[in-house]
Amino acid sequence: MFQFIIRRTVGALVTLILIGAATFFLFVAAPSDYASLACGKDCSPARLEDIRQALGLNLPIHQQFWDFMSGIVMGRDFPTGHCSAPCLGQSFYSGDMVWSTIMDRFPTTLTLTAGGAVVFVIVGVGAGMIAAYKRGTMVDKVATGVSMVLSSFQIYVLGPIVLLIFVYSTGWMDNPAYHPITENPWKWFTGLLLPVLVMATIFTAQYTRMARSSMIEQLAEEHVRTARAKGMSNKYVFFRYAWRGSMIPIVTVLGIDISAMLGGAVVTELTFSLQGIGRLAVDGAVHKDLPLTMGVMLFGAFFILIVNILTDIAYAYIDPRVRLS
Amino acid sequence: MTTLTKTEDAPAPTGPESFLSVRDLKVQFSTEDGIVKAVDGLSFDVERGKTLGIVGESGSGKSVTNLTILGLHNPRTSTVDGEIVLDGKELVTATEKELEQLRGNKMAMIFQDPLTALSPFYTVGRQLSEPFMKHRGASKKDAKDRAIQMLEKVGIPQPKARFDDYPHQFSGGMRQRAMIAMALMCDPELLIADEPTTALDVTVQAQILDLLKDLQQEFGSAIIFITHDLGVISNMADDLLVMYAGRAVERGSVREVLGAPKHPYTWGLLSSMPRLDGDINEALEPIPGSPPSLLNPPSGCPFHPRCAFKDEVPGTLCTDSRPPLGEGRASACHLTAEQKQSIFIDKIQPRLR
Repeated sequence: MFQFIIRRTVGALVTLILIGAATFFLFVAAPSDYASLACGKDCSPARLEDIRQALGLNLPIHQQFWDFMSGIVMGRDFPTGHCSAPCLGQSFYSGDMVWSTIMDRFPTTLTLTAGGAVVFVIVGVGAGMIAAYKRGTMVDKVATGVSMVLSSFQIYVLGPIVLLIFVYSTGWMDNPAYHPITENPWKWFTGLLLPVLVMATIFTAQYTRMARSSMIEQLAEEHVRTARAKGMSNKYVFFRYAWRGSMIPIVTVLGIDISAMLGGAVVTELTFSLQGIGRLAVDGAVHKDLPLTMGVMLFGAFFILIVNILTDIAYAYIDPRVRLS
Repeated sequence: MTTLTKTEDAPAPTGPESFLSVRDLKVQFSTEDGIVKAVDGLSFDVERGKTLGIVGESGSGKSVTNLTILGLHNPRTSTVDGEIVLDGKELVTATEKELEQLRGNKMAMIFQDPLTALSPFYTVGRQLSEPFMKHRGASKKDAKDRAIQMLEKVGIPQPKARFDDYPHQFSGGMRQRAMIAMALMCDPELLIADEPTTALDVTVQAQILDLLKDLQQEFGSAIIFITHDLGVISNMADDLLVMYAGRAVERGSVREVLGAPKHPYTWGLLSSMPRLDGDINEALEPIPGSPPSLLNPPSGCPFHPRCAFKDEVPGTLCTDSRPPLGEGRASACHLTAEQKQSIFIDKIQPRLR
């Protein structure tokens, strides 16, 4: 187990460096010159040169890459001041340090992800299991029907409808915004309640369908039949024997979803005008802001790798045949 | 095989006081394509301490019959008619709770594939202990002692250490032994073994068969042994039921059915069995054709499309009317007793030498 974590962590670091390199060189290869963009209308060669100098764009490309990557570990010095590790560079566009910008935005994304995940795992997987347990009954039909309808919705459809009803028409809620939990837990809760619920609704529907079909598949397994042949009650068979196996596909998809959401829930953030990581990624790309794009990219990749390791540990916990070695 | 006598020496039909008595059992599945008659009017009896062998091709209804006895068929897609009486208790109409009390307790089943039939998620010990705790109200500790004792009985080395192993840490033969130990945890009076040795090496197979026989002697259980291996059945069973297309086509003691079979299907089964002393150049004689679709079974005798002897029956009897299976030693075929006798002696027996 310990060995597994060490090995996977080293692997993750190598992957991060590779992802960083790929992002960096792709960006550099793109036919756009940030310096001339920043220079504006009345641009003179001297001014352009100054901007290049200030942004470090006149250095050889490998030097730029090295500066960026080493800055993450050791910190960097910019003309505007020191950037302490983990330094993801300074935004070309705003001039802010990328790391602190990300840290500003991350709590919003984390709240959305955590809140959404709690709802869709509990409600979604729960409803799916109940539907499978009561297969063929009215409960199952309602759960299947509702989840079918909801999962064909999109956040940018449901979001504005919800906003219209709860914010603009009735005024029951304020416009969604992030408030630090440390300052006012109630405001933190209500501030992001609508986006969390809208996002969770759509995910819940998907998890309901997945949990139901996964469970039904497991119930047809031979070892489940054996358990029934031993005289174990339906409930016991369901929640001990079938449940365990049905978790494997759910954990897989959950891992993918969570890591993607931590890297930025772009659609949700844009729909509700929230300032999260997803928004930041879009800004970075739109403004051709290399350090910001690199930063967001690596930040997202970091979570994908971490969640991957956690998912593998979860597999080993669920299925004793999986050995972490 | 054995010498023949010209008389019909049928054992007396077993009365309703049999330990397990199945009467006119019909199991139907409704599928998208229509109704599948998986079992269509099957009757048989099993006595305590005796073994009934059931042979037949895949899809002949062997496994469905036995899953139905345990009530493990899917109630949403299947309908069951007829009677299954175990020791005076009617099972077809029994509630799920009543069946739960019987399963793994009074009646137990050994499944075919030990690789998939044991849960990969729990230790062998836990899976063995569960039925004992449930049916006997035993403590975890007592159940563990019992499980270790049973593992030892079925020949698992170091059962104490193996108790906490997962099934994937067992070899195929050991898993099958564990499966048997699990079925025997509560000393079942009826043990259904569904091809328990098909997935095993012959050497392991022989050990498992011996084990089952020993355990039967010890506990006096009734055993239903399903297989398509006639060699195994001749070694294991007292009585034999040959199934085809959801029905019994021949019934009798093992000696009678294998020694003097009376149904063309049984002849075919015997002729298609390879023999150890067979000439390498001698072709086997498989039954022509394939098992019938149970969605749309042939008219009359379901075996007629594959039967080599239907021309011996006058008129269109074989395609029009379904031959009944009599009581006791019987075969469901329109050929007369004399015809069966002479065809077997003249045409079939020479092949079986």
